[in-house]
Amino acid sequence: MTGLYIVAAALALTLVVGLRRRATDGRPREIAADAGRTSLDQRRLGHELGTRATFVQFSSTACAPCRTTRTLLASVVAEEPDIAHVEIDAETRFDLVEEFGITRTPTVLVLDSAGTVRQKIVGAPRKPQVMDALSASTLVAA
Amino acid sequence: MTASAITRPPSLIDPRGPRFGAVITSIVLASALILGPGSGLVLLIIQTLVFAAGALLGLRHQPYGWIFRTVVRPRLAPPNELEDARPPRFAQAVGLGFAVLGVIGSLSGAPALFYVAVGLALVAALLNAVFDFCLGCEVYLVGRRVLQGLRPTPNRVA
Repeated sequence: MTGLYIVAAALALTLVVGLRRRATDGRPREIAADAGRTSLDQRRLGHELGTRATFVQFSSTACAPCRTTRTLLASVVAEEPDIAHVEIDAETRFDLVEEFGITRTPTVLVLDSAGTVRQKIVGAPRKPQVMDALSASTLVAA
Repeated sequence: MTASAITRPPSLIDPRGPRFGAVITSIVLASALILGPGSGLVLLIIQTLVFAAGALLGLRHQPYGWIFRTVVRPRLAPPNELEDARPPRFAQAVGLGFAVLGVIGSLSGAPALFYVAVGLALVAALLNAVFDFCLGCEVYLVGRRVLQGLRPTPNRVA
């Protein structure tokens, strides 16, 4: 009987976790000005910032959605030359992983022209979500 | 422009293969749980060997992957896109860890360990089968954060 209960509990846990993930993955979250915004510069990023905005994508080796996200962001950047896309291997930049509280990959930080982190997207986003995060990050100059 | 620090994947596979495998894995693990630590042990050992083949030898040698390639895939249309083989292989390694714990629990007369370990392996397999969940996206960073937290002086760069 115990085994049957465990199977039922496993099914319930799977549904809760999976449905929650499906609802929240890829949704951009604004970093409020009073929440202690952090920023990144060219030196720490190892890459020039975009003149309008920069996507900083944290990826890891065993991560299939990182690949999808890379393709999506690369296509957005190809259309908008004033935006940069920097992909960071989370496994080699543990300083940034700690500082920005990266708990899983892919996580995308959207930086404004000054390098201030304005949006955080955890999980693979879809294109409309990326465009929303972008306009929210660049509407108001920092 | 895009600057990437991640190297391109060395081998690509049909993403439906690992999901097919996760369905069979879920059925085997659920059956092992229902049979219990005694008579469920045989099924768990079989599943442990399957995980070990996938994790240690590679997905090409994983028996469920082999069934998918020889029996299922020839009946399907070609996949829309191929997937990096490393994430599902990593998931096989995580499954192997839980399965081994379950076997130890069963053999050492610790049914609680059997139920918890196999139950968690079942959750991982179900998440993969139903939601295409990416285990490698989570576990690695969480594991690193835990290890980092245990060190006396964390490696911070100002």
